[in-house]
Amino acid sequence: MITSFPKLLSATVITLKLLSLSLFFGLFIGLLFAILRLNKNIFINKFAYGYSYVFRGTPLLVQIFIIYFGLGQIEYFRSTFLWVIFKEPYWCAIIAFALNTGAYTSEILRSAFQTIKPGFIEAGKSLGIPSKIIFYKIQIPIAIRQSLPAYGNEIILMLKGTSLASTVTLMDLTGVAKYIISTTFKPIEVFIVAGSIYLFITFVVHNIIKYLEKKYSY
Amino acid sequence: MELLAFGKTGWGDELFIATLMTIAVSITAMLIGFLFALIFTPLKLSKNKFLNFIGNSYTTVIRGVPELLVIYLFFFGGSGAVMYVASIFGYNEYIEINAFITGSCAIGIISGAYSTEVFRGAIQSIDKGQFEASQVLGLKRFVYFFRVIMPQMLRLAIPNLSNVWQITLKDTSLISVTGLVEIMRQSYIAAGSTRDPLFFYSFAAVLYLSLTFLSMKLINRLEIKYSRGF
Repeated sequence: MITSFPKLLSATVITLKLLSLSLFFGLFIGLLFAILRLNKNIFINKFAYGYSYVFRGTPLLVQIFIIYFGLGQIEYFRSTFLWVIFKEPYWCAIIAFALNTGAYTSEILRSAFQTIKPGFIEAGKSLGIPSKIIFYKIQIPIAIRQSLPAYGNEIILMLKGTSLASTVTLMDLTGVAKYIISTTFKPIEVFIVAGSIYLFITFVVHNIIKYLEKKYSY
Repeated sequence: MELLAFGKTGWGDELFIATLMTIAVSITAMLIGFLFALIFTPLKLSKNKFLNFIGNSYTTVIRGVPELLVIYLFFFGGSGAVMYVASIFGYNEYIEINAFITGSCAIGIISGAYSTEVFRGAIQSIDKGQFEASQVLGLKRFVYFFRVIMPQMLRLAIPNLSNVWQITLKDTSLISVTGLVEIMRQSYIAAGSTRDPLFFYSFAAVLYLSLTFLSMKLINRLEIKYSRGF
């Protein structure tokens, strides 16, 4: 139990890297698709809806496998410069996670945009503020505040999602835990150590979100 | 398209059976989850601090730890635990547990944590007057729970339970690591032997999408049925 701790701790770094990078890219994807969802053009709207429907309706494992095993099969794709990124399991995992969390984030942000009281926008208009500035300075800040609790949940779901990176040969926290279990046959001890690390990260994320909620409450 | 043919030439029948397996595991896991929710929801609502602590730790731990880790715990630790219990009763031979049972139990415990939260929320949002009214009427606890609380709770819980069902259905894909032949495992086998992973994994995605789509349709009908009169 004690000997496995340093190994698991160093694997936590990979888990945290995967988590932060995929959340970073996912936030941009989510914001982009949330804005597309609010577009009045029916094709753009349906496209954004389809994106979030497909990524939320299929397991993350399938998405990783399609990106990691599937895309390498296309001959043409392997000759493009993108192949440098897609041949690495690390980047494949991040791309899959970012697309997945992007779909969930877009739903969270969309519902936040839609719950903004029209009064805020009307107030901005009556003060003669251009609609672009209303969007960036009024709608986005309010939407971010509204979506904080739901986004906190999404971060925790994504943290659990990063465990799937172990299925594409990455040695993250779950991957190392599985390796130790299968060599020492001590599943319960390793589970307790790895589980506590995950719970600790969850706890920290939860408290950060709580702090932010309090700070930006109005 | 010939890759999906039924019979010996294609993978159609194998994938069909695998889909049935996914549905079977999901339903079993969901039922096991309900069983856990039935035990842990009263604990979470209990005023006793110790019982409350047990209920809270169950939902917090399971919802904070990756599903894959829980599955590995069951997969590697399951038969050991059962053999240990059996050895107390004097049975010392090797026991191997079926992958279906380990998988459904692992997913069931995860699904149970989510169901517990849903039921707790639903019970807490029932109007207090209902509790008081049934006390005034002198209803027995049993009748009061099954005839007064249950129907109201179910109506409130169904939309959220449909989310739990979706999560459970998607989580079953993780059981493929234990070797149970469900959609994901079958696609893995097919992709390996035909060297066509893109097609088979995309087809798996289509299968999962149609399962979630169909179950949403069914649950919507249920929801309409249970919200009659409101």
